[in-house]
Amino acid sequence: MKKTRRFGALLIGMLLTLASAMTALADEGYTYNYDYWGDVQYSPDAYTVEKVYTAVDMGLEGRLQSPQGLNVIGDMIYICDTGNNRILELKRVNQDTIELSRVIDSFNGAEPNTFSGPTDVDVTDDGYMFICDGGNQRILKLDMDLNYIMEFTKPDDSNFSNKDVFTPTKLSVDTAGRVYCIATNVNQGLIKFENDGQFSGFVGATKVIYDWTDYIWKRLATQEQRAQMESFVPTEYDNVYIDPEGFVFVCTMNVNEDDLDSGAADPIRRLNMLGNDILIENGDWYVIGDIEWDDAGGYNGPSLFVDITALDNKVYVGLDKTRGRLFAYDDQGRMLYAFGGAGNMDGYFRQPAALEHMGHDLLVLDSIDASLTLFTPTEYGSLIYQAIEQFQDGYYTESGESWQKVMDLNGNCDLAYIGIGRSLLRQGRYKEAMDYFKLKYDEDNYSKAFKQYRKQWVEEHILIIFLLLFAVLCVPLLVGRIRKIKHEIDTSDYFELKKGRQS
Amino acid sequence: MIATLKEKIHSNHYLSTLRFALYCCTHPLDGFWDLTHEKRGSIAAANTILFLTVLARIMQLQFTSFIFVRVNWDRINIFLYIASILFPLALWCVGNWGLTTLFDGKGRLSQIYMASCYAMTPYPLVQFPLIVFSNMVTVEEAEFYTVLSTLSLVWAVALFICAMMEIHEYTLAKTIGFSFATIVAMLVMVFILLLFFSMISSGVVYFISIGREILFRM
Repeated sequence: MKKTRRFGALLIGMLLTLASAMTALADEGYTYNYDYWGDVQYSPDAYTVEKVYTAVDMGLEGRLQSPQGLNVIGDMIYICDTGNNRILELKRVNQDTIELSRVIDSFNGAEPNTFSGPTDVDVTDDGYMFICDGGNQRILKLDMDLNYIMEFTKPDDSNFSNKDVFTPTKLSVDTAGRVYCIATNVNQGLIKFENDGQFSGFVGATKVIYDWTDYIWKRLATQEQRAQMESFVPTEYDNVYIDPEGFVFVCTMNVNEDDLDSGAADPIRRLNMLGNDILIENGDWYVIGDIEWDDAGGYNGPSLFVDITALDNKVYVGLDKTRGRLFAYDDQGRMLYAFGGAGNMDGYFRQPAALEHMGHDLLVLDSIDASLTLFTPTEYGSLIYQAIEQFQDGYYTESGESWQKVMDLNGNCDLAYIGIGRSLLRQGRYKEAMDYFKLKYDEDNYSKAFKQYRKQWVEEHILIIFLLLFAVLCVPLLVGRIRKIKHEIDTSDYFELKKGRQS
Repeated sequence: MIATLKEKIHSNHYLSTLRFALYCCTHPLDGFWDLTHEKRGSIAAANTILFLTVLARIMQLQFTSFIFVRVNWDRINIFLYIASILFPLALWCVGNWGLTTLFDGKGRLSQIYMASCYAMTPYPLVQFPLIVFSNMVTVEEAEFYTVLSTLSLVWAVALFICAMMEIHEYTLAKTIGFSFATIVAMLVMVFILLLFFSMISSGVVYFISIGREILFRM
């Protein structure tokens, strides 16, 4: 059976490859997810490559030089062409066409009026452009006509010594115009600037993780030994993204494998205004990308997130540098799908550097390949989003139907079972909901459904329960009483006397 | 006529020895003394209790609510699972017997086996109702299950100690000391068994390869 199925899949795969050269992604193993037991379950592709854009496709002469930053607003795409010290403004005119609208390599109003290694750009809704100009040690704020508005430079603060060079690498701007930025060699967290350029402190400094054995070793070690040891410093962040709800997503590559296994390391965090991590991790696995990794094919170690983006439906996607994969999670921290890989084919990356979304489409910037990959959701991916959005909007029945369609496409999709279950739960069909939750070991939702089911059952059978209880309590009492009476009659003096008289 | 009567007496004896397991649960010191000294127990009843224990373990896999027990059926080998109960028990009996005979323990091997099985009584006694109970609780009420389940184990361990104490006519301290020594003995036996099997298998491989070599040369 299995063999024939595999053969069938092979046949279909061959037919597809023959049918179009573009379907390089039809091979099994591009998109996957982890099941409850932590086994990889391959699934239909959630995203397919619409097109890969190189400098030629954008209408430029010469290659991009290690592009680092990417930003999308509306249908405009901004790329930091770091090596060429310029920013490219592109416009997506239709489904698969991106046109260059202008090349930004200088601006008016300040000296120097060119960029030096810009690494990130953020364009706000009210029409300002924020640029990380690391080589010039500043963050620039320009308007859309490239007039200088202001700049954010090294904070005049005791945390920054005079010798240190201020090199902002990544930034994100919130709706109030506050800038959250990451600078090299700053590990106190995100640097936060008010919209008037005033440095207002650090956000989300991480707690230092160390265990007590390390501490004892440090106490015993000599000065020289101590200098050679890894020092306990907070982790530096590698990227920042402000989600549609105004919370700050950050990711860090500074994680060690043991902490990932134990859940102590949080490579992806969602910070509130106080800088506390409020990311929800209700899934079967931590939000760490791949949950198992081995050293094979020259790719070692855990997933390392270089960028993150959050869609409007609270789904967030992380970009893994190690194996060039994308990991999507829902608002409960449950993995929706993972796809991608390292390589030269379309849909694979050599060194992914930045990730953005345009609606449900995803854009990935590859800094070595100097290309921009545009992914669009397939029917499978769209159905998952549809089901999630319908549930969020309160259309529970419709959401359940969408999840049913997802399940029809992929019977291994755990979230579909739980989605259908949640929909049934909302409709009050508790018994059916329980069956779905049970299949995918969702104990919390199962308990919710079971509680209601148990309540209903007791209410329906209250008479029988009472009768049974009555029987259990009273029948032995009655039997005991009857026996006692019988015993008293048998042994009463009345009969004894009678017997005595007769004899 | 006489045969059926004999059978009836026999089965009554079996049932009464089985019922005596319940008495042992509640009156361990008294019960385990009578078990061997007054011949109130039987190997047949001990086998039954052991069978029920194994059955409880197996039925847990299938019938306990998934809130408590989650089984990856791909990775379960039922024979290994059964052996994981029987093998340690066998090691325990042999190890305990081997040690206690050297230090004036009064129990014979069959008596140690019988008492050990009788000491397991609380396990099936509590676990069978718990299987039903587990399907009536939610996650918030899971503590009840955990407490009861732990209780059955603690009870069984307490009975084990009482049983060993009464059978060998030891003091409490000596019993506990010898229980630990038995565990060490079990580990030693496991080690020797592993050593034995790996030696045998390399020996077999050696002769097989010699045979192959000869066949190739011929």
